[in-house]
Amino acid sequence: MSDLRNVSSNPHIRSKMTTSNIMLLVVIALLPTTCFGIYNFGMDALLLVLITVASTVLTEYIYEKLMHKKITIDDFSAVVTGLLLALNLPSSAPWWIGVIGGVFAILVVKMLFGGLGQNFMNPALGARCFLLISFTSIMTNFNCDVYSGATPLAALKSGESVNVMDMIIGRTAGTIGETSMIAIVFGACILILTGVIDLRIPGSYLVSFVVFIVLFGGRGFDTAYISAQLAGGGLMLGAFFMATDYVTRPITKNGQYLFGIFLGIMTGIFRLFGPAAEGVSYAIILGNLLVPLMEKITLPKAFGKGGERA
Amino acid sequence: MNKVTERLYNGLIKENPTFVLMLGMCPTLAVTTSAINGLGMGLTTAVVLTLSNVIISLLRNIIPDKVRIPAFIVIIASFVTMMQMLLQAYLPFLYDALGIYIPLIVVNCIILGRAESYASKNPVLPSMFDGIGMGLGFSFALTCIGAVRELLGAGDLFGFHVLPTVDNPWLINGAEVAFYTPASIFVLAPGAFFVLACLTALQNRIKRNGEKKSRDMSKIQSGCSHDCLSCGESGCEHRFYDEKGADAPVGKVQGKEER
Repeated sequence: MSDLRNVSSNPHIRSKMTTSNIMLLVVIALLPTTCFGIYNFGMDALLLVLITVASTVLTEYIYEKLMHKKITIDDFSAVVTGLLLALNLPSSAPWWIGVIGGVFAILVVKMLFGGLGQNFMNPALGARCFLLISFTSIMTNFNCDVYSGATPLAALKSGESVNVMDMIIGRTAGTIGETSMIAIVFGACILILTGVIDLRIPGSYLVSFVVFIVLFGGRGFDTAYISAQLAGGGLMLGAFFMATDYVTRPITKNGQYLFGIFLGIMTGIFRLFGPAAEGVSYAIILGNLLVPLMEKITLPKAFGKGGERA
Repeated sequence: MNKVTERLYNGLIKENPTFVLMLGMCPTLAVTTSAINGLGMGLTTAVVLTLSNVIISLLRNIIPDKVRIPAFIVIIASFVTMMQMLLQAYLPFLYDALGIYIPLIVVNCIILGRAESYASKNPVLPSMFDGIGMGLGFSFALTCIGAVRELLGAGDLFGFHVLPTVDNPWLINGAEVAFYTPASIFVLAPGAFFVLACLTALQNRIKRNGEKKSRDMSKIQSGCSHDCLSCGESGCEHRFYDEKGADAPVGKVQGKEER
């Protein structure tokens, strides 16, 4: 964390925003959608969230204990990872899905690459994709006590009509945390107002996604269709909470716009032309892999370099 | 240790072609979806490797240095063709499972690497056991990877149902028990990388423990040609740029000194 070996010389800006403060704010911002998910899907969802968070935190603790490293679970980053992963699981998933996902996210995606700040991929999304490929039938089974049948996105893909109002409020089938657009946007507002995230990545992501849908969706500028695409699936959760992950997004301003546009286009391609109805998580981890390249081509010129010589 | 056991030990453990030298990754990752496939691929390669090592060692004074690579390839390709026809005739299921990777044994860098760095410079008997050792090391590695992938990805081992899955539950007191859900990622490509990485780490740990118990791992001659620049062996402690860490002057020592 506070790896101060490479700091430049003074003056330094002091900030009260520490890693644990930021992570705590993210947890608080995720609470509305978590609570809505628990209200929506019942006690199964609560249990799954608790198990997943416990497994990520425990994995980080045990790994650092075994490797004789500094214990970093008090920075809440493992809690954020666990919470995000749990919000990406269907409520019907058995308890061990949360455990395997939590262990994979922390151990393989985060710790083996050097811990927080070093991981090349969003741990929660890496684990989600691992689970999605490993246990496809469990991870795409959205039937539960409350809802049965296809998710709105799957219905949309097969050409059925969907109730957009239900999707915005969140009373639909889906993973625990993705259904309610209102709750996610409310949480995102907390993050934006406290300055934890800005609108560069989510804004360019959503705008480029809408442009892609209008151009290639085959429905033209159909407001109902576009709002259903925006509210459905994990797009909102991904755009505000996962694409903006400090570790795996580009640092440069233009790189962030580029990142957002790339994600929008990839999500559109996966959703419209892919075999599955949803593609946000694959789009984001694919974007994560390209982040070093995006930073390289958008590196700002140092003062005095480049430009015309007078 | 005499020459024969030394060669076998070298191929199986010290310079295991998969876990230490990281050679032949293409078949390693592609065909190890089950233990049987891994074993079949490994043994096929082992036979080709042994026979080609013997022939190349026999011809090592006849083959002109300038055309040695084409000559090696011709010898290796002949044995691969023979193996391919034998497999097609007697083990058609394996032939179908391995597919294009049988002809591709020709370009497997383990075989060419052993021909170049050992068989073309050493007498017949050590070369033969070098081939057997390397081949067995390759088979062992591929079987391990295949077994882990098959076990985790399908709940089977060598084609037998081992873990109770929904398709093949255990019957305990008449009740069906199926607690294992296969993680199909392990049969797919990413699983190959996961398993290879974990097994390589495990092998490194075993090797390091052996060194800690002061078993001298460096005394085993590795068929070193004293030319570190064109050497592909990663397990060698005598590489010139590793001599005094990464900062040692490059190109100075070339590994020529007495070891």
